[in-house]
Amino acid sequence: MRVTPRLVVYGLFMLALAMVPTLAQVLAEPFLVTLFTRMIILAVAAVSLNLILGYGGMVSFGHAVYLGIGGYTVGILAEHGTTNGFVQWPLAIGISALYATVVGAICLRTRGVYFIMITLAFAQLVYFVGVGLYAYGGDDGLTIYTRSDFAGLIRMSHKPSFYYLCFAILCIEILIIHRIVHSRFGLVIRASKSNDRRANAIGIPTFRYRLAAFVIAGSFCGLAGAMLATQADYISPAVMHWTRSGDLIVSVVLGGMGSLFGPAVGTIVFLLLEEVLSSLTEYWQLVFGPMLLLLVLFAKRGIDGLLPGGDRG
Amino acid sequence: MLLLIEQSLNGLQFGLLLFLLAAGLTLVFGIMDLVNLAHGSLYMMGAYFAATFITWTDSFVLGAVLALGAAFLLGVAIELVAVRTLYARDHLDHVLATFGLLLFFNELVRLVWGPAGRTIQLPGILNTSVELLPGLSYPTYRLVVILVGGLVAFGLYWLVARTRTGMRIRAGASDREMVGALGIDIRKLYTLVFGLGAVLAALAGIMAAPITTVSIGMGERILIVAFVVIVIGGIGSIRGAFVAALMVGMIDTVGRAFLPEILRGFMSVPAANTLAPALASMLVYILMALILFLRPQGLFPARSG
Repeated sequence: MRVTPRLVVYGLFMLALAMVPTLAQVLAEPFLVTLFTRMIILAVAAVSLNLILGYGGMVSFGHAVYLGIGGYTVGILAEHGTTNGFVQWPLAIGISALYATVVGAICLRTRGVYFIMITLAFAQLVYFVGVGLYAYGGDDGLTIYTRSDFAGLIRMSHKPSFYYLCFAILCIEILIIHRIVHSRFGLVIRASKSNDRRANAIGIPTFRYRLAAFVIAGSFCGLAGAMLATQADYISPAVMHWTRSGDLIVSVVLGGMGSLFGPAVGTIVFLLLEEVLSSLTEYWQLVFGPMLLLLVLFAKRGIDGLLPGGDRG
Repeated sequence: MLLLIEQSLNGLQFGLLLFLLAAGLTLVFGIMDLVNLAHGSLYMMGAYFAATFITWTDSFVLGAVLALGAAFLLGVAIELVAVRTLYARDHLDHVLATFGLLLFFNELVRLVWGPAGRTIQLPGILNTSVELLPGLSYPTYRLVVILVGGLVAFGLYWLVARTRTGMRIRAGASDREMVGALGIDIRKLYTLVFGLGAVLAALAGIMAAPITTVSIGMGERILIVAFVVIVIGGIGSIRGAFVAALMVGMIDTVGRAFLPEILRGFMSVPAANTLAPALASMLVYILMALILFLRPQGLFPARSG
């Protein structure tokens, strides 16, 4: 990675995120930690979506499903008395990966708009499964009375500690995605985005690579789901609503598709915008809707595209 | 048996409503290659317009006709202001931009009409029921919906397959540049098609309004089902949309009617009552997954042949 002005901006951004708990203490605004924990968790989800959306060109309109799968895994285990995080979180990742494998194998047979629609349909399917989970609250959701514990290694109920756990996960995720994208595997994913037929023609079976990327993205988002449920002590089908998947796409595009840090920045800007606009007017989406349209028309490369620094990545 | 007939009629009626919505979607997609998430907003706006105009004019029919006109103007306005700029973009841009439009319209409705839903009162003559078979009386209004839906479906078929405008629409779908080169104003055609789609969506919204209620977000719930319909039918195919809409309408309605009873056979009543609607909602998506697994282009692929 060459040091470009862009990288400096992102470095400062990550530094600022690292300072949030300290800053909150100085400003005596402890709610900032809660707010930013939520942002970081959703950033983990957006960064995972970017792997398939930004680098792989797979417009998944059902990515929020993994938030639900991860969250419900934690919630249901906790309901039955298993609160060990070393069991809960890996299982959340594992079930998400399993789901992504099955669904991905079906969805990736389709192209273009069919892919958008079928990922949306599967997400709706799981959403209604969540609504139908009668034993676990159905539509009303499930309260998690005992938080995950990691054998006492991390003070999960201590807000700054939990924040740093989430922040560390985000950093590790970005690092892993960086390694993936710049490996031979990542090269295939990007080749398949720019011309799948040609990639196939030179003898690369892109399907299995795309499926692997789909599963990796789903697994990370499942982890984000486990984190989200832990943070809120609550999980409900609402996190899987199709508009949540839309929000994730918005975060990725706002930050910059196919840029390493972009989606994390995008998520935080998106959620801050929501905070600010909704404090100004009750009808904040009246402003936000047209802003989306303008984003699409005039700033397709998102925040990343506005930063100085020549080539991407 | 009577219940099955009644529910099949309900399924037919829901299927026809779905078709009205899906026809606009599939036309817009087939011709302009545009994914329009805001189509459900037109459905919702149609219903809200009707609620207002019916109150003003004190006449159901007049109010509905005015609402259709308003929906057409709204559709044309949306096309001219926003959608027109999107044709050259990719599908992801369509999804994002029309997602923005959808948020905008939901909020606009909340601002103008308030967060509470509206109900539309039927005129006395429609608010009756007809005895179709001995022991089976069926609401007149639902029969009217079936009749209107069927007529519009036929009219649409006639328009697309038998008229000069329809010929241009079909030509535009298969090769837009060539149509332009032959001297047809393709931009005007697009605006017209979008307006037509808006009218069809609004008609569905108006007809659904007295059966359900007029509320914010009413368009989104049905929009996703309409997407399922056009994907099953093959995107861009009117015939496919028709067949798929009836299939989906039937499965959804009959599933909703009979699943609770079936489930009560082997689980507790409250559990069955919660699970059945969720399972019924899932049926449609399971159908879609199955069909796409077998035929990734849908039942009647419009573009490959």
